[in-house]
Amino acid sequence: MEETLKIIVLVKHVPDAQFDRHLTGEASTVDRSESILSELDEYALEAALQLSEARGGEAAGNKVIALSMGPAGAVNAVKKSLQIGATEGVHLSDEALAGSDAAATSLALAAAIRHLGADAPADLVLTGMASTDGETSLVPAQLAERLGLPQITFAASLELDAGKLTARRDGDTHADTIEAELPAVVSVTDQINDPRYPNFKGIMAAKKKTITTLSLADIGVDAAQVGKSGSWTAVETAEARPPRTAGTIITDEGDAGIQLVEFLAAQKLL
Amino acid sequence: MAKVLVFIDNPGQGLKKSSLELLTIARSLGEPAVAFNGELHDDAAAALAAYGVQALYRPSAADLDDYLVGPKASYLAAAVQTSGATVVLTENSAEGKEIAARLSIKLGAGVITDVVAVDPDGTAHKSVLAGSYITTAKATTPVAVLTVKSNSITPEPAVTGTAPEAVTIEVPETATAASARVTARTEKPASGRPDLTEARIVVAGGRGVDGNFGPLEELADALGAAIGASRAATDAGWIGHDAQVGQTGKTVSPQLYISAGISGAIQQKSGMQTAKVIVAVNKDAESPIFEIADFGVVGDLFQVLPQATAEIKKRRG
Repeated sequence: MEETLKIIVLVKHVPDAQFDRHLTGEASTVDRSESILSELDEYALEAALQLSEARGGEAAGNKVIALSMGPAGAVNAVKKSLQIGATEGVHLSDEALAGSDAAATSLALAAAIRHLGADAPADLVLTGMASTDGETSLVPAQLAERLGLPQITFAASLELDAGKLTARRDGDTHADTIEAELPAVVSVTDQINDPRYPNFKGIMAAKKKTITTLSLADIGVDAAQVGKSGSWTAVETAEARPPRTAGTIITDEGDAGIQLVEFLAAQKLL
Repeated sequence: MAKVLVFIDNPGQGLKKSSLELLTIARSLGEPAVAFNGELHDDAAAALAAYGVQALYRPSAADLDDYLVGPKASYLAAAVQTSGATVVLTENSAEGKEIAARLSIKLGAGVITDVVAVDPDGTAHKSVLAGSYITTAKATTPVAVLTVKSNSITPEPAVTGTAPEAVTIEVPETATAASARVTARTEKPASGRPDLTEARIVVAGGRGVDGNFGPLEELADALGAAIGASRAATDAGWIGHDAQVGQTGKTVSPQLYISAGISGAIQQKSGMQTAKVIVAVNKDAESPIFEIADFGVVGDLFQVLPQATAEIKKRRG
Protein backbone atom coordinates (compact mmCIF):
# COMPACT_ATOMS: atom_id res chain seq x y z
CA MET A 1 0.00 0.00 0.00
CA GLU A 2 2.72 2.39 0.87
CA GLU A 3 4.97 2.04 -2.16
CA THR A 4 3.17 4.97 -3.73
CA LEU A 5 0.69 7.31 -2.12
CA LYS A 6 -2.51 8.82 -3.40
CA ILE A 7 -3.28 11.81 -1.22
CA ILE A 8 -6.32 14.06 -1.56
CA VAL A 9 -5.84 17.49 0.00
CA LEU A 10 -8.98 19.53 0.64
CA VAL A 11 -8.43 23.19 -0.14
CA LYS A 12 -10.93 25.97 0.38
CA HIS A 13 -11.25 29.33 -1.31
CA VAL A 14 -12.05 31.76 1.50
CA PRO A 15 -12.44 35.52 1.90
CA ASP A 16 -9.12 37.19 2.65
CA ALA A 17 -9.13 37.98 6.36
CA GLN A 18 -6.97 41.05 5.70
CA PHE A 19 -10.08 42.80 4.41
CA ASP A 20 -13.48 43.30 6.02
CA ARG A 21 -15.55 40.15 5.58
CA HIS A 22 -19.31 40.11 5.12
CA LEU A 23 -22.36 37.91 5.19
CA THR A 24 -24.67 38.40 2.26
CA GLY A 25 -28.05 37.41 0.88
CA GLU A 26 -31.12 35.80 2.37
CA ALA A 27 -29.27 32.73 3.64
CA SER A 28 -26.51 34.86 5.22
CA THR A 29 -23.70 33.15 3.35
CA VAL A 30 -20.17 34.47 3.13
CA ASP A 31 -19.34 37.06 0.48
CA ARG A 32 -16.59 35.35 -1.55
CA SER A 33 -15.18 38.27 -3.51
CA GLU A 34 -11.55 38.99 -2.50
CA SER A 35 -10.94 35.33 -1.79
CA ILE A 36 -7.73 33.32 -1.49
CA LEU A 37 -6.56 29.78 -0.74
CA SER A 38 -7.23 29.36 2.99
CA GLU A 39 -3.87 29.81 4.67
CA LEU A 40 -4.59 26.90 7.02
CA ASP A 41 -4.90 24.56 4.03
CA GLU A 42 -1.35 25.40 2.94
CA TYR A 43 -0.11 23.36 5.93
CA ALA A 44 -2.11 20.35 4.73
CA LEU A 45 -0.74 20.71 1.22
CA GLU A 46 2.82 21.01 2.53
CA ALA A 47 2.34 17.90 4.68
CA ALA A 48 1.08 16.01 1.62
CA LEU A 49 4.00 17.15 -0.53
CA GLN A 50 6.51 16.13 2.14
CA LEU A 51 4.99 12.65 2.43
CA SER A 52 5.02 12.31 -1.36
CA GLU A 53 8.56 13.63 -1.79
CA ALA A 54 9.90 11.28 0.88
CA ARG A 55 8.71 8.46 -1.42
CA GLY A 56 10.13 9.83 -4.65
CA GLY A 57 7.42 12.35 -5.44
CA GLU A 58 5.43 12.46 -8.64
CA ALA A 59 8.18 10.72 -10.61
CA ALA A 60 7.74 7.61 -8.44
CA GLY A 61 3.99 7.61 -9.01
CA ASN A 62 2.83 9.46 -5.90
CA LYS A 63 -0.19 11.68 -6.37
CA VAL A 64 -1.24 14.79 -4.47
CA ILE A 65 -4.70 15.79 -5.63
CA ALA A 66 -6.01 19.22 -4.58
CA LEU A 67 -9.81 19.08 -4.24
CA SER A 68 -11.87 22.22 -3.76
CA MET A 69 -15.63 22.56 -3.48
CA GLY A 70 -17.03 25.97 -4.23
CA PRO A 71 -18.33 28.42 -6.83
CA ALA A 72 -16.43 29.32 -10.03
CA GLY A 73 -13.79 31.36 -8.18
CA ALA A 74 -12.76 28.37 -6.07
CA VAL A 75 -10.77 27.09 -9.03
CA ASN A 76 -8.21 29.70 -7.99
CA ALA A 77 -7.53 27.76 -4.79
CA VAL A 78 -6.92 24.67 -6.94
CA LYS A 79 -4.61 26.61 -9.29
CA LYS A 80 -2.61 27.98 -6.38
CA SER A 81 -2.28 24.43 -5.00
CA LEU A 82 -0.96 23.23 -8.36
CA GLN A 83 1.58 26.06 -8.38
CA ILE A 84 2.72 25.05 -4.91
CA GLY A 85 3.18 21.47 -6.08
CA ALA A 86 -0.03 19.40 -6.18
CA THR A 87 0.05 16.98 -9.11
CA GLU A 88 -3.54 17.42 -10.22
CA GLY A 89 -6.55 19.52 -9.35
CA VAL A 90 -10.25 18.83 -8.94
CA HIS A 91 -12.94 21.47 -8.66
CA LEU A 92 -16.33 20.30 -7.39
CA SER A 93 -18.70 22.99 -8.52
CA ASP A 94 -22.47 23.04 -8.77
CA GLU A 95 -24.98 25.81 -8.18
CA ALA A 96 -26.95 23.49 -5.91
CA LEU A 97 -24.03 23.39 -3.45
CA ALA A 98 -24.44 27.04 -2.43
CA GLY A 99 -25.46 27.46 1.20
CA SER A 100 -24.34 23.96 2.28
CA ASP A 101 -23.65 23.60 6.00
CA ALA A 102 -20.90 21.32 7.35
CA ALA A 103 -23.09 18.21 7.08
CA ALA A 104 -24.00 18.87 3.43
CA THR A 105 -20.42 19.88 2.62
CA SER A 106 -19.05 16.67 4.11
CA LEU A 107 -21.65 14.65 2.17
CA ALA A 108 -20.57 16.18 -1.14
CA LEU A 109 -16.86 15.91 -0.35
CA ALA A 110 -17.21 12.28 0.75
CA ALA A 111 -18.93 11.49 -2.56
CA ALA A 112 -16.21 13.31 -4.49
CA ILE A 113 -13.48 11.44 -2.59
CA ARG A 114 -15.16 8.09 -3.38
CA HIS A 115 -15.48 9.16 -7.01
CA LEU A 116 -11.78 10.04 -7.18
CA GLY A 117 -10.98 6.70 -5.61
CA ALA A 118 -13.02 4.67 -8.10
CA ASP A 119 -9.88 3.25 -9.77
CA ALA A 120 -7.63 3.27 -6.69
CA PRO A 121 -8.89 4.51 -3.30
CA ALA A 122 -7.04 7.42 -1.73
CA ASP A 123 -4.59 6.44 1.01
CA LEU A 124 -4.94 9.69 2.84
CA VAL A 125 -7.29 12.68 2.96
CA LEU A 126 -5.51 15.73 4.36
CA THR A 127 -7.17 18.96 5.53
CA GLY A 128 -6.32 22.12 7.45
CA MET A 129 -7.38 22.48 11.09
CA ALA A 130 -10.33 24.72 10.20
CA SER A 131 -11.56 26.92 7.41
CA THR A 132 -10.75 30.55 8.09
CA ASP A 133 -14.32 31.57 7.27
CA GLY A 134 -16.72 29.03 8.81
CA GLU A 135 -14.23 28.03 11.53
CA THR A 136 -16.32 25.11 12.81
CA SER A 137 -13.65 22.37 12.30
CA LEU A 138 -16.53 19.92 11.78
CA VAL A 139 -15.87 18.73 8.24
CA PRO A 140 -12.76 16.53 8.81
CA ALA A 141 -14.49 14.48 11.54
CA GLN A 142 -17.74 14.31 9.57
CA LEU A 143 -15.84 13.13 6.51
CA ALA A 144 -14.10 10.42 8.52
CA GLU A 145 -17.48 9.26 9.84
CA ARG A 146 -19.05 9.26 6.38
CA LEU A 147 -16.10 7.43 4.83
CA GLY A 148 -15.83 4.99 7.74
CA LEU A 149 -12.18 5.96 8.27
CA PRO A 150 -10.13 6.74 11.36
CA GLN A 151 -9.45 10.41 11.92
CA ILE A 152 -6.28 12.00 13.21
CA THR A 153 -7.26 15.58 13.80
CA PHE A 154 -5.22 18.61 14.85
CA ALA A 155 -1.98 16.81 14.09
CA ALA A 156 1.01 18.93 15.13
CA SER A 157 3.37 16.37 13.59
CA LEU A 158 2.80 13.51 11.18
CA GLU A 159 4.90 10.53 10.17
CA LEU A 160 4.13 7.59 7.94
CA ASP A 161 5.96 4.30 8.17
CA ALA A 162 4.87 0.96 6.71
CA GLY A 163 1.27 2.08 6.27
CA LYS A 164 1.00 3.40 9.83
CA LEU A 165 0.51 7.07 10.63
CA THR A 166 1.87 8.53 13.85
CA ALA A 167 0.93 12.04 14.93
CA ARG A 168 1.26 14.32 17.93
CA ARG A 169 -1.84 16.12 19.13
CA ASP A 170 -1.58 18.85 21.77
CA GLY A 171 -4.46 19.27 24.18
CA ASP A 172 -4.85 21.74 27.02
CA THR A 173 -4.01 19.32 29.79
CA HIS A 174 -2.06 16.68 27.89
CA ALA A 175 -0.23 15.88 24.65
CA ASP A 176 -1.12 12.62 22.90
CA THR A 177 0.61 10.35 20.43
CA ILE A 178 -1.98 9.06 17.97
CA GLU A 179 -1.65 6.11 15.59
CA ALA A 180 -3.82 4.89 12.75
CA GLU A 181 -3.44 2.65 9.74
CA LEU A 182 -3.98 3.99 6.23
CA PRO A 183 -6.42 4.93 4.81
CA ALA A 184 -7.30 7.82 7.14
CA VAL A 185 -8.51 11.40 7.34
CA VAL A 186 -5.94 13.74 8.87
CA SER A 187 -6.25 17.42 9.74
CA VAL A 188 -3.07 19.32 10.54
CA THR A 189 -2.40 22.44 12.62
CA ASP A 190 -0.21 25.42 11.78
CA GLN A 191 2.49 23.90 14.02
CA ILE A 192 3.26 21.02 11.68
CA ASN A 193 5.49 22.66 9.05
CA ASP A 194 6.45 25.84 7.21
CA PRO A 195 4.51 25.83 3.95
CA ARG A 196 6.50 26.60 0.82
CA TYR A 197 5.66 29.39 -1.61
CA PRO A 198 5.10 28.72 -5.30
CA ASN A 199 8.29 29.48 -7.25
CA PHE A 200 8.60 30.44 -10.92
CA LYS A 201 9.20 26.82 -11.96
CA GLY A 202 6.11 25.72 -10.06
CA ILE A 203 3.98 28.45 -11.59
CA MET A 204 5.07 27.45 -15.11
CA ALA A 205 4.64 23.72 -14.41
CA ALA A 206 1.12 24.32 -13.05
CA LYS A 207 -0.04 25.54 -16.46
CA LYS A 208 0.44 22.03 -17.82
CA LYS A 209 -1.38 20.27 -14.97
CA THR A 210 -4.94 19.02 -15.30
CA ILE A 211 -7.88 20.51 -13.45
CA THR A 212 -10.97 18.29 -13.56
CA THR A 213 -14.33 19.93 -12.93
CA LEU A 214 -16.95 17.72 -11.29
CA SER A 215 -20.68 18.41 -10.99
CA LEU A 216 -23.04 16.79 -8.52
CA ALA A 217 -24.25 14.46 -11.28
CA ASP A 218 -20.65 13.29 -11.81
CA ILE A 219 -20.33 12.19 -8.18
CA GLY A 220 -23.85 10.76 -7.90
CA VAL A 221 -25.31 13.29 -5.47
CA ASP A 222 -28.83 14.73 -5.78
CA ALA A 223 -29.20 18.48 -5.60
CA ALA A 224 -31.69 18.05 -2.70
CA GLN A 225 -28.98 16.36 -0.57
CA VAL A 226 -26.84 19.51 -0.50
CA GLY A 227 -27.21 23.28 -0.40
CA LYS A 228 -29.86 24.82 1.79
CA SER A 229 -32.29 21.90 1.32
CA GLY A 230 -29.70 19.29 2.26
CA SER A 231 -28.35 21.20 5.26
CA TRP A 232 -29.28 20.19 8.79
CA THR A 233 -28.90 23.68 10.18
CA ALA A 234 -30.19 27.05 9.02
CA VAL A 235 -28.98 30.54 9.83
CA GLU A 236 -31.99 32.57 10.90
CA THR A 237 -30.60 36.02 11.58
CA ALA A 238 -27.24 37.73 11.08
CA GLU A 239 -26.34 41.08 12.49
CA ALA A 240 -23.08 42.94 12.02
CA ARG A 241 -21.51 43.64 15.38
CA PRO A 242 -20.84 47.34 15.73
CA PRO A 243 -17.10 47.76 15.12
CA ARG A 244 -15.03 48.38 18.22
CA THR A 245 -13.83 51.92 18.46
CA ALA A 246 -10.64 53.14 20.03
CA GLY A 247 -10.98 54.45 23.57
CA THR A 248 -8.50 56.50 25.52
CA ILE A 249 -4.92 56.21 24.31
CA ILE A 250 -2.21 57.75 26.46
CA THR A 251 1.55 57.97 26.09
CA ASP A 252 3.48 56.85 29.15
CA GLU A 253 5.03 59.76 30.98
CA GLY A 254 6.02 57.76 34.01
CA ASP A 255 2.63 57.05 35.58
CA ALA A 256 0.80 55.04 32.88
CA GLY A 257 0.72 51.92 35.08
CA ILE A 258 -1.16 53.87 37.75
CA GLN A 259 -3.53 55.37 35.16
CA LEU A 260 -4.13 51.88 33.82
CA VAL A 261 -5.17 50.68 37.29
CA GLU A 262 -7.41 53.74 37.70
CA PHE A 263 -9.13 52.82 34.44
CA LEU A 264 -9.65 49.23 35.67
CA ALA A 265 -11.04 50.54 38.98
CA ALA A 266 -13.44 52.88 37.16
CA GLN A 267 -14.63 49.91 35.07
CA LYS A 268 -15.07 47.87 38.29
CA LEU A 269 -12.63 45.28 37.04
CA LEU A 270 -10.41 45.11 40.10
CA MET B 1 -40.77 17.85 28.10
CA ALA B 2 -37.74 17.77 25.82
CA LYS B 3 -34.89 15.61 27.03
CA VAL B 4 -31.48 17.28 26.85
CA LEU B 5 -28.37 15.11 26.99
CA VAL B 6 -25.12 16.66 28.24
CA PHE B 7 -21.86 14.83 27.46
CA ILE B 8 -19.27 15.10 30.22
CA ASP B 9 -15.95 13.51 29.34
CA ASN B 10 -13.99 12.52 32.46
CA PRO B 11 -15.87 14.56 35.08
CA GLY B 12 -12.84 14.43 37.39
CA GLN B 13 -12.99 15.00 41.15
CA GLY B 14 -15.51 17.81 40.84
CA LEU B 15 -17.27 19.16 37.77
CA LYS B 16 -15.59 21.89 35.74
CA LYS B 17 -17.34 25.25 35.51
CA SER B 18 -18.01 24.63 31.80
CA SER B 19 -19.85 21.38 32.67
CA LEU B 20 -21.99 23.22 35.24
CA GLU B 21 -22.82 25.78 32.55
CA LEU B 22 -23.96 23.02 30.19
CA LEU B 23 -26.18 21.56 32.93
CA THR B 24 -27.70 24.98 33.61
CA ILE B 25 -28.48 25.47 29.91
CA ALA B 26 -29.86 21.92 29.67
CA ARG B 27 -32.29 22.65 32.50
CA SER B 28 -33.49 25.80 30.72
CA LEU B 29 -34.33 23.69 27.64
CA GLY B 30 -35.98 20.67 29.26
CA GLU B 31 -35.17 17.64 31.36
CA PRO B 32 -31.41 17.28 31.80
CA ALA B 33 -29.67 13.92 31.37
CA VAL B 34 -25.92 13.26 31.46
CA ALA B 35 -23.78 10.76 29.59
CA PHE B 36 -20.33 10.68 31.14
CA ASN B 37 -17.13 8.84 30.29
CA GLY B 38 -14.50 7.77 32.81
CA GLU B 39 -14.84 7.62 36.56
CA LEU B 40 -17.59 9.40 38.47
CA HIS B 41 -16.28 10.53 41.83
CA ASP B 42 -18.60 11.37 44.73
CA ASP B 43 -18.21 15.15 44.44
CA ALA B 44 -18.98 15.08 40.74
CA ALA B 45 -22.01 12.84 41.33
CA ALA B 46 -23.22 15.22 44.03
CA ALA B 47 -22.90 18.15 41.63
CA LEU B 48 -24.95 16.31 38.99
CA ALA B 49 -27.67 15.70 41.58
CA ALA B 50 -27.57 19.34 42.75
CA TYR B 51 -27.99 20.49 39.16
CA GLY B 52 -31.14 18.46 38.74
CA VAL B 53 -29.87 15.71 36.44
CA GLN B 54 -32.77 13.29 35.89
CA ALA B 55 -31.02 10.46 34.07
CA LEU B 56 -27.40 9.35 34.08
CA TYR B 57 -25.55 7.15 31.59
CA ARG B 58 -22.14 5.49 31.67
CA PRO B 59 -20.43 3.48 28.91
CA SER B 60 -20.00 -0.29 29.10
CA ALA B 61 -16.39 0.15 27.99
CA ALA B 62 -13.63 1.63 30.15
CA ASP B 63 -11.15 2.20 27.34
CA LEU B 64 -12.81 5.00 25.34
CA ASP B 65 -9.91 7.33 26.20
CA ASP B 66 -7.56 5.01 24.33
CA TYR B 67 -9.09 6.07 21.02
CA LEU B 68 -9.50 9.43 19.34
CA VAL B 69 -13.12 10.59 19.26
CA GLY B 70 -14.74 7.73 17.28
CA PRO B 71 -15.89 5.36 20.06
CA LYS B 72 -17.02 8.27 22.26
CA ALA B 73 -19.31 9.36 19.43
CA SER B 74 -20.65 5.79 19.13
CA TYR B 75 -21.34 5.68 22.88
CA LEU B 76 -23.05 9.05 22.79
CA ALA B 77 -25.20 8.02 19.82
CA ALA B 78 -26.38 4.98 21.79
CA ALA B 79 -27.06 7.18 24.83
CA VAL B 80 -29.15 9.55 22.70
CA GLN B 81 -31.24 6.58 21.50
CA THR B 82 -31.76 5.25 25.02
CA SER B 83 -32.54 8.63 26.56
CA GLY B 84 -34.76 9.88 23.75
CA ALA B 85 -32.91 13.20 23.87
CA THR B 86 -33.69 15.80 21.20
CA VAL B 87 -30.86 18.14 22.16
CA VAL B 88 -27.24 17.15 22.85
CA LEU B 89 -24.84 19.59 24.49
CA THR B 90 -21.04 19.19 24.51
CA GLU B 91 -18.22 21.52 25.41
CA ASN B 92 -16.70 23.58 22.61
CA SER B 93 -13.18 22.12 22.84
CA ALA B 94 -11.51 20.60 19.76
CA GLU B 95 -12.52 17.12 20.94
CA GLY B 96 -16.01 18.25 21.96
CA LYS B 97 -16.63 19.61 18.46
CA GLU B 98 -15.26 16.46 16.81
CA ILE B 99 -17.42 14.17 18.91
CA ALA B 100 -20.35 16.39 17.94
CA ALA B 101 -19.31 16.14 14.29
CA ARG B 102 -19.23 12.34 14.19
CA LEU B 103 -22.35 12.09 16.35
CA SER B 104 -24.23 14.39 13.96
CA ILE B 105 -23.57 12.07 11.02
CA LYS B 106 -24.57 8.98 13.02
CA LEU B 107 -27.86 10.61 14.05
CA GLY B 108 -28.56 12.73 10.99
CA ALA B 109 -28.55 15.68 13.37
CA GLY B 110 -27.60 19.27 12.67
CA VAL B 111 -24.67 20.56 14.70
CA ILE B 112 -23.98 24.16 15.65
CA THR B 113 -20.58 25.03 17.16
CA ASP B 114 -19.34 27.99 19.21
CA VAL B 115 -22.75 28.58 20.75
CA VAL B 116 -22.94 31.31 23.42
CA ALA B 117 -26.67 31.14 24.26
CA VAL B 118 -29.66 28.91 23.53
CA ASP B 119 -33.29 30.08 23.50
CA PRO B 120 -35.98 27.76 24.93
CA ASP B 121 -37.07 26.92 21.35
CA GLY B 122 -33.56 25.68 20.51
CA THR B 123 -32.36 28.74 18.60
CA ALA B 124 -28.61 29.03 19.11
CA HIS B 125 -26.69 32.29 19.21
CA LYS B 126 -23.09 32.54 18.00
CA SER B 127 -20.51 34.94 16.57
CA VAL B 128 -19.04 34.34 13.13
CA LEU B 129 -16.26 35.79 10.96
CA ALA B 130 -13.96 36.46 13.87
CA GLY B 131 -16.67 38.07 15.95
CA SER B 132 -17.75 40.57 13.31
CA TYR B 133 -21.29 39.14 13.06
CA ILE B 134 -23.75 37.83 15.63
CA THR B 135 -26.00 35.15 14.17
CA THR B 136 -28.82 32.90 15.27
CA ALA B 137 -29.11 29.42 13.82
CA LYS B 138 -31.28 26.40 14.36
CA ALA B 139 -30.99 22.71 13.58
CA THR B 140 -33.72 21.65 11.16
CA THR B 141 -33.43 17.98 12.21
CA PRO B 142 -35.27 16.03 14.97
CA VAL B 143 -32.11 16.05 17.11
CA ALA B 144 -29.87 19.10 17.53
CA VAL B 145 -26.24 18.93 18.64
CA LEU B 146 -24.82 22.11 20.15
CA THR B 147 -21.25 22.76 21.28
CA VAL B 148 -21.32 25.57 23.83
CA LYS B 149 -18.47 27.95 24.65
CA SER B 150 -17.37 28.39 28.26
CA ASN B 151 -18.33 31.58 30.09
CA SER B 152 -21.69 31.63 28.31
CA ILE B 153 -23.91 31.54 31.39
CA THR B 154 -23.63 31.71 35.20
CA PRO B 155 -24.00 28.15 36.57
CA GLU B 156 -26.98 27.73 38.89
CA PRO B 157 -27.95 24.59 40.80
CA ALA B 158 -31.53 23.34 40.52
CA VAL B 159 -34.17 24.39 43.05
CA THR B 160 -34.72 20.74 43.88
CA GLY B 161 -31.93 18.23 43.65
CA THR B 162 -32.19 14.73 42.25
CA ALA B 163 -30.63 11.33 42.86
CA PRO B 164 -29.94 9.86 39.42
CA GLU B 165 -28.81 6.23 39.15
CA ALA B 166 -26.29 5.52 36.39
CA VAL B 167 -27.55 3.29 33.59
CA THR B 168 -24.93 1.47 31.54
CA ILE B 169 -25.01 2.06 27.80
CA GLU B 170 -23.66 -0.77 25.68
CA VAL B 171 -20.90 0.60 23.43
CA PRO B 172 -21.13 -1.23 20.10
CA GLU B 173 -18.22 -3.63 19.55
CA THR B 174 -17.64 -2.09 16.14
CA ALA B 175 -17.06 1.34 17.72
CA THR B 176 -13.28 1.01 17.86
CA ALA B 177 -12.81 -0.60 14.44
CA ALA B 178 -12.05 2.48 12.36
CA SER B 179 -10.56 4.66 15.07
CA ALA B 180 -7.13 6.11 15.64
CA ARG B 181 -5.52 4.91 18.86
CA VAL B 182 -3.96 7.06 21.56
CA THR B 183 -0.69 5.23 22.18
CA ALA B 184 0.98 7.65 24.59
CA ARG B 185 -0.20 10.52 26.75
CA THR B 186 1.91 13.16 28.48
CA GLU B 187 0.14 15.22 31.12
CA LYS B 188 1.08 18.90 31.11
CA PRO B 189 2.03 20.52 34.41
CA ALA B 190 -0.79 22.61 35.89
CA SER B 191 -0.05 26.34 36.03
CA GLY B 192 -2.26 27.07 39.03
CA ARG B 193 -3.87 29.88 37.02
CA PRO B 194 -7.42 29.83 35.64
CA ASP B 195 -8.13 28.02 32.40
CA LEU B 196 -7.54 30.39 29.47
CA THR B 197 -10.96 29.93 27.87
CA GLU B 198 -12.80 30.16 31.20
CA ALA B 199 -10.86 33.04 32.78
CA ARG B 200 -12.59 36.31 33.66
CA ILE B 201 -9.36 38.19 32.96
CA VAL B 202 -6.61 37.37 30.46
CA VAL B 203 -3.15 38.96 30.34
CA ALA B 204 -1.55 38.23 26.96
CA GLY B 205 1.92 38.89 25.57
CA GLY B 206 3.39 39.02 22.09
CA ARG B 207 6.61 39.78 20.28
CA GLY B 208 7.26 42.80 22.51
CA VAL B 209 7.62 40.54 25.55
CA ASP B 210 10.94 39.43 24.07
CA GLY B 211 11.06 36.14 25.90
CA ASN B 212 10.26 37.49 29.36
CA PHE B 213 6.71 36.73 30.50
CA GLY B 214 7.67 37.55 34.14
CA PRO B 215 5.97 40.98 34.36
CA LEU B 216 2.84 39.53 32.71
CA GLU B 217 2.71 36.61 35.13
CA GLU B 218 3.02 38.95 38.12
CA LEU B 219 0.18 41.14 36.83
CA ALA B 220 -1.90 38.06 36.02
CA ASP B 221 -1.45 36.70 39.53
CA ALA B 222 -2.37 40.05 41.08
CA LEU B 223 -5.59 40.01 39.01
CA GLY B 224 -6.31 36.26 39.21
CA ALA B 225 -5.95 36.15 35.45
CA ALA B 226 -4.94 33.53 32.88
CA ILE B 227 -1.90 34.02 30.63
CA GLY B 228 -2.36 34.19 26.88
CA ALA B 229 -0.01 34.84 23.99
CA SER B 230 0.09 35.80 20.35
CA ARG B 231 1.37 33.36 17.77
CA ALA B 232 4.66 35.30 17.56
CA ALA B 233 5.32 34.50 21.22
CA THR B 234 4.36 30.81 21.00
CA ASP B 235 6.30 30.32 17.76
CA ALA B 236 9.35 31.84 19.44
CA GLY B 237 9.02 29.13 22.09
CA TRP B 238 8.65 31.63 24.96
CA ILE B 239 5.42 29.97 26.09
CA GLY B 240 3.45 26.83 25.22
CA HIS B 241 1.23 26.67 22.16
CA ASP B 242 -1.79 26.02 24.40
CA ALA B 243 -1.54 29.68 25.53
CA GLN B 244 -2.05 30.95 21.99
CA VAL B 245 -5.01 33.26 21.43
CA GLY B 246 -6.11 33.85 17.87
CA GLN B 247 -7.27 32.23 14.68
CA THR B 248 -5.20 29.08 15.13
CA GLY B 249 -5.30 29.13 18.90
CA LYS B 250 -8.07 29.83 21.36
CA THR B 251 -10.94 32.25 21.10
CA VAL B 252 -11.54 34.03 24.40
CA SER B 253 -14.26 36.43 25.53
CA PRO B 254 -13.18 37.52 29.02
CA GLN B 255 -14.43 40.54 30.95
CA LEU B 256 -10.96 42.06 30.57
CA TYR B 257 -8.17 41.36 28.07
CA ILE B 258 -4.84 43.02 28.72
CA SER B 259 -2.67 42.90 25.62
CA ALA B 260 1.04 43.60 26.12
CA GLY B 261 3.56 43.87 23.29
CA ILE B 262 1.06 42.51 20.73
CA SER B 263 0.62 44.45 17.51
CA GLY B 264 -2.91 43.13 16.96
CA ALA B 265 -2.93 41.62 13.48
CA ILE B 266 -6.27 40.22 12.29
CA GLN B 267 -5.28 36.66 13.25
CA GLN B 268 -4.79 37.77 16.87
CA LYS B 269 -7.85 40.02 16.91
CA SER B 270 -10.07 37.17 15.77
CA GLY B 271 -9.32 35.38 19.04
CA MET B 272 -10.04 38.22 21.46
CA GLN B 273 -12.10 41.03 19.99
CA THR B 274 -15.29 39.90 21.70
CA ALA B 275 -13.66 40.61 25.09
CA LYS B 276 -15.76 43.08 27.07
CA VAL B 277 -12.91 45.47 27.83
CA ILE B 278 -9.56 45.58 26.02
CA VAL B 279 -6.47 47.26 27.47
CA ALA B 280 -3.34 47.48 25.32
CA VAL B 281 0.25 48.35 26.11
CA ASN B 282 2.62 48.67 23.17
CA LYS B 283 5.69 50.74 22.33
CA ASP B 284 4.47 51.37 18.80
CA ALA B 285 1.70 53.98 18.64
CA GLU B 286 0.80 52.72 15.15
CA SER B 287 -0.07 49.19 16.34
CA PRO B 288 -3.52 48.14 15.10
CA ILE B 289 -4.37 46.90 18.61
CA PHE B 290 -4.93 50.55 19.61
CA GLU B 291 -7.83 50.76 17.12
CA ILE B 292 -9.86 48.38 19.27
CA ALA B 293 -8.49 49.12 22.74
CA ASP B 294 -10.75 50.76 25.32
CA PHE B 295 -7.65 51.94 27.12
CA GLY B 296 -4.24 52.06 25.46
CA VAL B 297 -0.79 52.93 26.70
CA VAL B 298 1.95 53.80 24.26
CA GLY B 299 4.90 52.79 26.37
CA ASP B 300 7.31 50.13 27.56
CA LEU B 301 5.49 47.13 29.00
CA PHE B 302 8.49 46.44 31.27
CA GLN B 303 7.80 49.83 32.95
CA VAL B 304 4.03 49.96 32.76
CA LEU B 305 3.06 46.45 33.87
CA PRO B 306 5.21 46.29 37.05
CA GLN B 307 3.92 49.74 38.01
CA ALA B 308 0.34 48.56 37.50
CA THR B 309 0.98 45.38 39.52
CA ALA B 310 2.46 47.40 42.38
CA GLU B 311 -0.48 49.82 42.29
CA ILE B 312 -3.01 46.95 42.43
CA LYS B 313 -1.23 45.42 45.42
CA LYS B 314 -1.04 48.82 47.12
CA ARG B 315 -4.80 49.43 46.66
CA ARG B 316 -5.59 46.06 48.07
CA GLY B 317 -3.33 46.76 51.01
